[in-house]
Amino acid sequence: MKLTKRMFLGLAASTAFVAMPLAALADGWTPKRPIDFTIMAGAGGGADQIARFVQSVVEANDMTNRPLIPTNRGGGSGAEALLHLKDARDADHTIMVTLNSFYTTPIRQEGLGIDIETFTPITMMGVDPFVLWVHKDSGITTFEEYVAKVQEMDGDFVMGGTGSGQEDSIVIAAMSDAYDLKIKYIPYDGGGAVAKDLAGKQIMATVNNPAEAKGFYEAGEFVPLLAFSDERMPAYPDVPTMKEKGHDFSYYNQRAIVGAPGMSAEAAAYYREVFGKVYKGADWQGYLTAESLSPLPMDEGETRAYWSVQVENHRKLLSALEGGS
Amino acid sequence: MEVLTFLTDGVLLALAPTNLFLILIGVTVGLFIGAMPGLGSVNGVAILLPITFLVPPASAIIFLAAIYYGAMYGGAISSVTLGIPGASTAVATTFDGRPLALKGRASLALVTAAIASFIGGTVANIFFTLFAPLLAFLALSFGPPEIFALMLLAFATFVGLGGDDIPKTIFSICFGLVLATVGFDTISGEPRLVLFDIPGFLRGIGFIVLAIGVYGIGEMLWTIEQTRGEITTTNPKMTVRGMASDTKEAIRDGWKGTWIGSFIGFFVGILPAAGATPGSLMSYGVAKMVSRRSEEFGQGSVDGVAAPEAANNSASTGSMLPMLTLGIPGSPTTAILLGGMVIWGLTPGPRLFVDESEFVWGLIGSFYISNLAALLINLAFIPLFIWMLRMPFTILAPLIFVLSIVGGFAAARSMHDIWLIVIFGIAAFFMRKFDYPLAPAVLAIVLGPIAEPTLRQSLLLSSGDPMIFLTRPIAGPITVIAVILILLPAIKLLRKGRRPSEA
Amino acid sequence: MRQGEISLAGLLALFSLYLMWKSTELPIGYIRGQGPGGGFWPFWLSLGMLLSCAAIAWNWWRGTSPAAQSNEPIMDDFGWRTVIFVGGGIVGFVALINVVSMYGAIAIFLVYYLHFLGRHSWWLTLTIATVLPIALFFFFEAAMLISMPQGMPFTQPFFDVMYDIIY
Repeated sequence: MKLTKRMFLGLAASTAFVAMPLAALADGWTPKRPIDFTIMAGAGGGADQIARFVQSVVEANDMTNRPLIPTNRGGGSGAEALLHLKDARDADHTIMVTLNSFYTTPIRQEGLGIDIETFTPITMMGVDPFVLWVHKDSGITTFEEYVAKVQEMDGDFVMGGTGSGQEDSIVIAAMSDAYDLKIKYIPYDGGGAVAKDLAGKQIMATVNNPAEAKGFYEAGEFVPLLAFSDERMPAYPDVPTMKEKGHDFSYYNQRAIVGAPGMSAEAAAYYREVFGKVYKGADWQGYLTAESLSPLPMDEGETRAYWSVQVENHRKLLSALEGGS
Repeated sequence: MEVLTFLTDGVLLALAPTNLFLILIGVTVGLFIGAMPGLGSVNGVAILLPITFLVPPASAIIFLAAIYYGAMYGGAISSVTLGIPGASTAVATTFDGRPLALKGRASLALVTAAIASFIGGTVANIFFTLFAPLLAFLALSFGPPEIFALMLLAFATFVGLGGDDIPKTIFSICFGLVLATVGFDTISGEPRLVLFDIPGFLRGIGFIVLAIGVYGIGEMLWTIEQTRGEITTTNPKMTVRGMASDTKEAIRDGWKGTWIGSFIGFFVGILPAAGATPGSLMSYGVAKMVSRRSEEFGQGSVDGVAAPEAANNSASTGSMLPMLTLGIPGSPTTAILLGGMVIWGLTPGPRLFVDESEFVWGLIGSFYISNLAALLINLAFIPLFIWMLRMPFTILAPLIFVLSIVGGFAAARSMHDIWLIVIFGIAAFFMRKFDYPLAPAVLAIVLGPIAEPTLRQSLLLSSGDPMIFLTRPIAGPITVIAVILILLPAIKLLRKGRRPSEA
Repeated sequence: MRQGEISLAGLLALFSLYLMWKSTELPIGYIRGQGPGGGFWPFWLSLGMLLSCAAIAWNWWRGTSPAAQSNEPIMDDFGWRTVIFVGGGIVGFVALINVVSMYGAIAIFLVYYLHFLGRHSWWLTLTIATVLPIALFFFFEAAMLISMPQGMPFTQPFFDVMYDIIY
């Protein structure tokens, strides 16, 4: 029994070893084990794509001495991932790629007992704006025509999205509220399925990240009507924003990397350097442009402040959503 | 004949030395990953994604497609030799593959699976080559009501599958369908049926957890108890002549199932929400329905192995179609491939065939080559897998238990699911003792997560009016056929059941 | 067997009732204009489970199912022993994972099964119990990039050494 014998040989040394805080390794901290790279969504969605992209960049340039192990934990709208980080057995080797369910899930499922402000900020990779799309066969070309059409159909206008309480439903709720629209909302289990049913004209409009509608847009199938970004997006210069239309509303999906609560400062510094390099690299900058993400670089303090603002915002948006429906 | 020129260029690209080398490696790696219970093409493709940064995009996707093919062939191996479906697409393969293996005909089952897979893959490739853009439009016309109708049809083809005890069969179906709803309700966005409030249930109960529990633990315990631990599957030594005669037998007895699987698999496979699993299940059901020797199904029918295997390969090729032409992944594996294409700076979608025709045709060319390579490599490895079966059962059994637990963890990455596997395994053992058929529960947990949301999406679309399933031009006929198919055997069964009890 | 049949049906019926009760956390009815609520599908299917159990009990009472007619015990002593030793072994295996890591638990389980249940020689047992965990380690951690559970802290140095080797 070579295996267990060796383990027992290491027993004495190991007890001392584990008791020793990793901080003792000071600024030279490097991961000693494979890094748990949790993805807060199922395989194939926007967050998954970004996580795999980041992992590929890290791997291809050999930026860490231990591999990132991507694992999808999308259960319960991200609750599974949040719990996994909260109870991480090794906080220094556990990081996560987030989307906005990072804010919404702890609010919607209070029983989980998750306080995201205990999590460790690592790097904000960018924020993903939302755009309102219709199919070209609908004949709608401007947002005004869209509003007129929805009002004319009075509750029979069908939109698809990824479920109530999810990012796009928040945007749709805010938009319906501002323009007094009645919309029939069909939840799907992923952005890809939503785009497919818009292409197949099963639904009449969607609110989606540009990345998920890009192929159809370039083929001329989808028409963008309105952007929910702060300023006009470079890739869609002719698409007006909701702010221009006089309503102070913008909404982004955050693409950030966060560490488990209780991660040591040294480990956090290490990951910030690695993902900072990824962020500045040509690969990621190219991805940001190609997929129309907006950069939003922030340091640790700014990120924490940003989180509290976002939590407050989402609390309001979600209560409006529940009150409205 | 523009298509032929493109295709020839594509095949030549796939045959370039580097690419051919990648295909051979990819298929072999995929075969072993697929043969491991719990691991499937999705793992293989995800892990090798970063490596592909080192080669040009066309070679990279060829490599990944080769792994995909290899894993599809490999799925049958654990179904036949271990009796555990390694992936949901291979569930139906266990129904007849396992009995064949227990009769000492494992090599026949494996050869049949390989040949059927090859034909299924080839038929799908030909459809793909000729009609890709057209079929993409067909796939788009399937909205939630159509998919639900299709799921109804899938259930219908399975009505006669359970045991003789009707209440126990119904129990099993309902049980699987209820387990499928555990976790999170996408439609209302609320957690649902979080059993005993254990947070581990938030992620739901995966197919793989139930399948490994039932087949890897429960069925094994039952076998050990029944045979008093003295099971010996007699497997003749593999010889070239033996393989040749198996091949003959596979073709003679399995051609019908192969064709049924190839066609049904492809058409179900191209529908993004459905995918390879319902395709292989429906093919099995249809093959059984039309077979003149349907009583052999479940006892070790060659057709029963051929149909689902042809279908899952055909459907896997089919599921590439919506990914390439529409940018919509039909399965988790294609979702990751899609991510790969984005990483390489390609935009999958309606313009891909025009803008990146060299890439697309290189990929299609590689489908043909990978499929052929997978057939040959698979046949070459069959003696190795048969050799595994010749081990004494007291060695094989603990190995199967270990592989079930490790594979289960690899698929789920949580200890919670490992405990569930053990609980399902022990429960399955006792249910098996009392003749509860469990295959219907395993099928239900695969189809349930597609059927329930599409049902509710459809009813949301129609404002609660169930007529939507009958009035839509595609959904209507499918629903009617499904309902007839469900009712027919039920009436037959009732009549049959009444007569002996009256007598 | 006769007693077992009704006990199992009873247990499953209780479980169905629990599922029905749990389903009512979400609306189980047909919401006007929206179709079924979130609890609809599980609730009515759990009811289906319950009714099936009732039908099983009815068949038991009438004595039409094979199990209901037999007065044999479910399993003889040998059967029970096998199931407890093998099933118990698996439970022990899984329980050990969090103590001595996945690979350690595999080694212990193999020794238990091969030597004590299978009565194979120590030589064969130890070879398999050493080679398989190490092979699986390389397969999962190095080739497939899947980290298996690592047990209590004392297993850590072993893993750290192995990671130094493979990465």
